[in-house]
Formats: sequence, C-alpha cells, structure tokens
Amino acid sequence: MNNTESPGLYIHVPFCGTKCPYCNFYSITSFSLVADWLDSLRKEAIIYKDRFAAFDSIYIGGGTPTLLAEHELAALIDTLFRYFTFSPDTEITIEANPDDITLEKPTLLRKIGVNRISLGVQSFNDKELQSLRRRHSAAQAERALERIRASGFTNIGVDLMYGLPGQTQAGWVQTMKRALDFKPEHLSCYQMTLENGTPFGKMSTDGRIKPLGEEEGRSFFLITSGFLEEQGYIHYEISNFAREQKYKSRHNSKYWQHVPYLGLGPAAHSFLEGVRWWNLDSVESYCRALDQGGVPVAGTETLSQEQHLLESLYLGFRTSHGIDLKLLNNRPRSDTILSELQESGLIQVHGGRAMPTRDGFLVADGLPLLFAG
Amino acid sequence: MPQIRNFSIIAHIDHGKSTLADRLIQHAGLVTERQFRDQILDTMDLERERGITIKSQTVTLPYTGKKGKEYDLNLIDTPGHVDFSYEVSRALASCEGVLLIVDASQGVQAQTVANLYMAMEHDLTIIPVINKIDLPSADVDQVKEQIENELGLDPEPSILCSAKEGIGIENVLEAIVEQIPAPTGNPHDPLTALIFDANYDPFRGTIISCRVFDGTVRPGDIIRFMSNNATYKVEEVGVFRLSREPRKELSAASVGYIISGIKTVSDTRIGDTITLNSNPAAAPLPGFKEAKPMVFSSIYPVSSDDYTSLVEALEKYKLNDSALIYQKDSSAALGQGFRCGFLGLLHLEIFQQRLEREYGQAIIMTAPSVRYQFRLQDGKTITIDNPQYYPDDAGIESSFEPFIKASIFIPERYMGEVMKLCIARRGVNPRFNYPTQGRVEVTFDMPLAEVIFDFYDRMKTITQGYGSFDYDLIEYREGDLVKLDILVNSEKVDALSLIVHRDRARDWGVRVCDRLKEAIPRHQFKIAIQGAIGGKIISRSTIPAFRKDVTAKCYGGDITRKRKLLEKQKKGKKRMKMVGSVMIPQGAFVAVLKSDNE
Ligand SMILES: Nc1nc2c(ncn2[C@@H]2O[C@H](COP(=O)(O)OP(=O)(O)OP(=O)(O)O)[C@@H](O)[C@H]2O)c(=O)[nH]1
Ligand code: SF4
Ligand SMILES: [Mg+2]
Repeated sequence: MNNTESPGLYIHVPFCGTKCPYCNFYSITSFSLVADWLDSLRKEAIIYKDRFAAFDSIYIGGGTPTLLAEHELAALIDTLFRYFTFSPDTEITIEANPDDITLEKPTLLRKIGVNRISLGVQSFNDKELQSLRRRHSAAQAERALERIRASGFTNIGVDLMYGLPGQTQAGWVQTMKRALDFKPEHLSCYQMTLENGTPFGKMSTDGRIKPLGEEEGRSFFLITSGFLEEQGYIHYEISNFAREQKYKSRHNSKYWQHVPYLGLGPAAHSFLEGVRWWNLDSVESYCRALDQGGVPVAGTETLSQEQHLLESLYLGFRTSHGIDLKLLNNRPRSDTILSELQESGLIQVHGGRAMPTRDGFLVADGLPLLFAG
Repeated sequence: MPQIRNFSIIAHIDHGKSTLADRLIQHAGLVTERQFRDQILDTMDLERERGITIKSQTVTLPYTGKKGKEYDLNLIDTPGHVDFSYEVSRALASCEGVLLIVDASQGVQAQTVANLYMAMEHDLTIIPVINKIDLPSADVDQVKEQIENELGLDPEPSILCSAKEGIGIENVLEAIVEQIPAPTGNPHDPLTALIFDANYDPFRGTIISCRVFDGTVRPGDIIRFMSNNATYKVEEVGVFRLSREPRKELSAASVGYIISGIKTVSDTRIGDTITLNSNPAAAPLPGFKEAKPMVFSSIYPVSSDDYTSLVEALEKYKLNDSALIYQKDSSAALGQGFRCGFLGLLHLEIFQQRLEREYGQAIIMTAPSVRYQFRLQDGKTITIDNPQYYPDDAGIESSFEPFIKASIFIPERYMGEVMKLCIARRGVNPRFNYPTQGRVEVTFDMPLAEVIFDFYDRMKTITQGYGSFDYDLIEYREGDLVKLDILVNSEKVDALSLIVHRDRARDWGVRVCDRLKEAIPRHQFKIAIQGAIGGKIISRSTIPAFRKDVTAKCYGGDITRKRKLLEKQKKGKKRMKMVGSVMIPQGAFVAVLKSDNE
C-alpha cells in the first residue's frame, strides 16, 4: 500500500443531474448554488490552510464532479493549489459519470491536473442501468472508457455493483468482463446496499425489492474475488481491486490507516491528530456558516485510545494489509481467538500481522469484536 | 397507654391474608379512600405484578375495643407461598397469636397445615378464620370439618368472614383483643429486642425491624448488637404505619423500627438481639433457626468488573431476605461468583429479579441443583449441591438424591396427562384422594431434581391453570447419578454442568445442546456443542458459521458511524461471557432452563 503519512484532501461536490434511487451520498439536483458553493469552499480552505502538511492526494468526489463546467473545475483546483501545498507526485482523482464524458472532457481534466479517473459505470447491462435509473447506457460507458484511455489517462478506476434487481451471477461476470476489456488499473465492486432513507431502502422495507440473501451475497463476493484475482488483480480491500500494487487507491487507503485527511464541502469528513469532524450536510447551511465567518462543522469527536483501537481493528480487517498483532497485546484470549480464526481459514498470521483471507473478508465486520470487548 | 396485641396473619397462598389486612387497616382509618389500593401491604413491584406477598409486612393499628379499651394492634401480614415460609417463621417469633385463614372454597391446604404447625411450635394462640364466605363455592361446613379433622382444632370459635366484602371484620378484631394474650415483658428490665428484618437505606443506613421483649429504647441511647458487640447511637425509633412513624420510645412488647446510622451492612444480623450498652441484658434471645435451602445455583456478575458491587449488593439484599444463603464460588468459565441456596424455585426467581431491579445487578445464574449425597469407596459420605464438585466417578460407591412427596390438586379430567408427566419425571408410588366432587389429589414420590426444573409450568399448561402443586421433602433415596458436562468448541464449560439421573441424561444432553444452539449467536466460525458423560459424547449440536457479514463501503464519511455501531454491539457483548473464542450470551446459561413451550 502507498503507505505514506502525507495527508489526503477530499472535495465534496454536492450536485447531481438526477438522484439515483439507491444512493445515500449527500447531493442536490439544483445547480443554482454552484457559485456560492465554490466561493464557500474557498473560505473553508482558508480556515485550514496552515493546519495540514503537504498533501499527496486529492479526491474530487460527490455528487457528480464532472457536471461542473470547465472553468468551475479549474477554479476549484486553483483554490486548492493557492492555499495548500502538495507533493509533486500527488494523486488527483475525480469521480466521473459516463454521460458526462464528452469527447473533450478527459483532455480538459488532464489539463487541469487530474491524473486518475474513477468512473461510475455500475453495470454493462442496459436493463440493470435502467432499473438503477442511471443516466447512461452500457454503450455510453464503453465510449467513455475509450475516450478516457485515448486522452492518455494511465490510471482508470471503474465502479461496478452487484446484487442488482434481476441480476444473475452470469450477468455479473459478463459485466466484469466488459470492464476488463479496458484493462482498468482499478476496480471497485460493491454489493448494492439498500440504505435507509433512499427510495430503494423504502422499497426494501415494503418488500418490493429484496436484498441479496447471505448465501447469494457470499457467492457473488467469492465469484468476484476469484475471477478478478485470476485476471491478475489484487483484492486489497473488501470491495477494491488493483491491477498492480501501485494502482491501489492512495487516497482511500488513508481512510483505512488513520492517515490525516481534510474534507472540504458539505457533509465532508476530516481527520487530524485523533480528532474527526464532519461538515453540515446541506449546501445552504454550509454556505451560510462560512458567510457568517464561522466554520461549517456539524460535529466533532476526539478518539479515545479504545476507539482508536476499535477503528484500527475493523478498518484493518477490511484490507489485505490486516492488523498489527501489537494491537492485540494484553487483550484477553487473543491467542486462542487468533488460532481459532486461523484454523477456520479466516486469517493468516505472518510478519507480525494478521491478515484476512478471502473467507475472512466475508465476515470482517464481526472480527474486531472478538478481540475488543 | 394502649394495650398491645401482636399477631400474624397466616395461611396457604391466596387464601386472602393481605385482603383481610386491608380491611383491618381501613377499619383503623389508616388510609383515606384515595390512598387505598388492594393488598396495600404488598408494596414491592414484584408483589403487585405477581399478585402474591413475598415479604412479611408489619403495621401498627389503633383499635378501640367493644368494651371501650384502647389497643395498639401489631399486625404482621405474611406470605403464603412455601418458598417464603422463612418470612412466616420469623414473624411468628414476634407474636402471641395468629389469625389462621382458610379459604372457604379451597379448604385446608398444604401451607395451612405447615404454617399452623409453626404457630404451635411458638405456643401461639390460634384463631381460625374462614374467609371468602361470599363465594358461591364456599362450603363452610366442610371447611369446619377439615379444621377439626385435619388441623385438630376446635372449629366452633372459627370466625366467618369475607375479606373482600368486609363481612365479619369486627368479629375478627374482637377475637384478637379477647383471645390473644397481652404480651408480657417489663419496660424497666434491660433491653432485649429481636431483629426480625431489616433493610438498607442509602441515606439512613440499616433500618432495623424489631420486637422489643423487655426494656425500652429511645433516641440517643447507645445500643449494642449482642452477636458482635457493635455499638451505635440511636437516631430514631418508631412504629410502622403505612410508612415509618417516629415515636419517643419503643418499650417492652412493641414492634417497630430503630435507625442508628448503621452504614456497616454486615454489623446487622437477622435474629440477633439488641441491648443497651449501658445496661446490657444477661443473655440474648434465642434468635432464629437457619433457613434450610432446597435449591442451589451459582451467580456471577455479567461483567467481572462488577464483582465488588455484587458483593455489596448481596450483603444488603440478605438483610432484607435472610432466607438466602450464599458463599464464595468460582468457575473457570464465569470467574468469581457465589453459590446461593434458596428455599425453592420461586425464591430463586424473585432473588434474581430483585437483585437486578433493586440493586442494579446483572447476573448470570447457573442451572439450579438440589443437594446430593455420595457414599464414597473410602466410607465417607459427602454432600454436594454444585456439579463442579462432583466426585471422581471411580470413587463413588452409591449416590442419593432428595425425594419429595408431591401433591397435585387437579380437576379429574386432567388426570391422565398429569400422571404421564409425573411418571416421565420418575414419579413413583402414586396415591389418589378425592376431597371434593370432580377434583382429585394425586400424590407421588418424586425426585426433587425433577420438579425444580419446569415441572410446575408444564403442569399448569397441561391443566390449563387449574392444577395446584405442593411438595414436602421426605427422604434421600439411592439413584444412579451421573455428571453431564457441556463442551463448547471442545472446551468444558463448568458452569453448564449438571448432575442428572442416568436414565434422564440423554434427554438432558439433547435439550441443553439444542437450547444452546438457539441461545448462542452465530460466530465467524462453526461452533460445536457437546454433552458428555465421563468423556463420552452423548449429544451434540452445531452452530453454523456466519457466511457473510460485511458492509460493502467504508470511506471517510462512514468510519465514525460504523465505529458507533460496533460500540453499540460491544455494549451488548458486555452481557456475554467468553469461553475460549466463543461469546456466550448471559441468557444462554438460563436458556437451558426455559421450558419447551416458552
Ligand atoms: N371472593 C373473595 N375473594 C377474596 C376474598 N379475600 C381475598 N380474595 C381474593 O383472593 C385473592 C388473593 O388474595 P390475597 O389477599 O392476595 O391473598 P394472600 O393470602 O395474601 O396471598 P399470598 O400473600 O400470596 O399468600 C385476591 O384475588 C383477592 O381479591 C374474599 O373474602 N372473597
Ligand atoms: S450515485 Fe452518484 S450520480 Fe447517483 S445520486 Fe449518488 S452521487 Fe449522484
Ligand atoms: Mg398476601
């Protein structure tokens, strides 16, 4: 893993063309506030300008950042470079939707410094895309990938989802195969979650759509992991795969290792020196707070040692990097539990670390509590 | 000075003691109509929820007799359930007489007899009261016959009464003052006061309930506990109305309370005698016989951090429930705890609930056990109530278990099913008795161990609530006993071991394995549960592993939320015990005891 201690910078772009029925990210579908938001973002950047060391990653996420006009994106990057310092090889990722990838867009993005694109494809099956009410088709997604590649991007990530209504396992493998045609450097394969507060979540409580059962979810997961590893990808986090070590998402890895990060924009989270804070999750109140000369923070917490440990454990068990066994020092019965987990084929222990196996990934959420308690 | 009468109301369960007490209290004008509620002396939540009396309660009633004399009547309402008979026996030591209530439709029942005998042992005046005469099914003549034949009392002076309708209350009061002798005792002799109950008040310390036999005690006096010579300065004395009512003094023959800022819980012992430091009595009063526990169970704090607080809670609890016997105990699986003895299963259940509600203690209780005897090859005989100390099989020459005489009253139509149940529970020597038309009394000799678990519930279900059940210990009988061990992922969980009859071992093994399978949540790995006798596996069940339990996404915005979720689960885990790598919920230790139909 790109195990640097340099902090990462996240920008939340809270605008989308339409709202996808499964999505629980904060975004709005009106663009009237883009200018205010940009202006507020600048104010927020000023607040933190001297607080962080040089960043080596920027992640422009959302929302749908590629909906921003060229000058807006340029202004955004400008602001960041004006108030913060960055290491020369900074990874600059932008989340993109296929329908926004016009012929020129990739080149424009490269021009303003973006060197990694994470493309929200979700599926290469038109029926599935319709049921997800995405704004693009499979063909559009392929065209987008071609255009991005052609413009010279050497670090492309593709986001896919399984467990979609009506999706078969064969259909899912087909989707992965079509993504692999473009040799993406990175793949994120998420099991769809039916989140409370989303239209799909409601349909699920009403019984109109059914989440994957435990066995089906397991089998999709195993097929995904098996297939992609066969194709040479490294399964380095529950839902993330990299074609080579260097293509692991540098930015996201920071979240999993308690490396500091600064999140700008509504609903963004930040972490520095054991303190985590998160912003107001409404564009209006975010802007208002900054207008009035305040900070747009909605909440903050200081991690106790115990909380830090608990996070290290659960975050660690979600990655192939695993956990440092030193974390378990003085934990009652940790040896018994480790050997039980090894015998059950859920973890491997070497080099002073305990690392989840593929089967271990499947039950990663339950592992920390076996130790911390 | 009003004259004093000290009496208890005793009876079989539900025969109407507390309701009669209500009428006497109302007659004395102690409550306004608005303050009144039925069974007003049943103040504990558990008493009201279950509709039974658990604790004896004292109340002092003013009464002006027909002949114009003034009295202070010290009434003690007692519980009828056999499991609380220790409350009755202690109450009787403060009295000169009793009202023996008999339900006019139920007639004389097991605790009528048992409580009468206790009153006789104390040489008390006995006033039979036939209650519930308002019921259509009341049969006064038959009850009088039973009083004569089964109790050996003269039925003629029996008072007919309906506590519910308020009929016969004045006759009861007159009988109390006319028949029960005034207590003797000299207020000028050295103080002797018998502690018959107590409870701990966080602000005022231990509040002692006592009967003064001789002497007088006043605020400012220095009192001394005769068993340990601890001394305290009296802050307040008084009598019980519906709440405590301070008085200037308590003198010979009164029943009341003493408060003297006693913060050392262990200084107060139920049965001890209080005297004055300046003018001590020559000898203490006889005190009480120890309670004889029938059922034993170990308790452990759910979280081992809470051990000290459990120790304190038990001390305080014991002040208010002196029938509880306990001593230190420890288990490999559950850590430090206590072995407790109870008078019966209801006592055990009430103990657990009071400890949780009143003292905030979350505890794990192990399966109740009776007390077994083992004759060893070397000629020694040992008594064991804790499966953990089951002797080496090879050393056992013969084993013995307690047998009871189980009496079951049922409508005749349930006889077949009840017989089946009793036989399945190793009942022998059935006898039948037809006290009234359509009802039958079935009597079996049965191992106590077979009824402490689930028997009463099953019987109630079978008889749709129409059955009643009582038992008396008769003797120890030889039986082929074995120890059933329970293993969780090959690790023996000592706290789950049971001593069982060989004939029933397989049933038990299967049941415990099945119950644990339901009670232990799935883990990340497979869990094997086995029942074993002397290393031989006789039953097993398997809890399959989680197949998938992981959320798809975890980025910056998810981390705090997810940790909070884990923290919540972790709190839940505090109520779990780790055995090896398996988390066993506290409930699992008790789940093995739940009956099939729950
Ligand atoms: N019909 C009728 N019911 C009565 C009478 N006295 C009591 N009961 C009812 O009998 C039930 C039991 O009454 P309690 O006074 O609680 O009986 P108890 O003897 O105090 O019971 P324990 O304290 O549990 O042993 C209640 O439902 C009363 O209402 C009576 O004179 N007539
Ligand atoms: S999934 Fe992406 S495009 Fe759809 S609503 Fe959510 S943030 Fe917007
Ligand atoms: Mg009562």
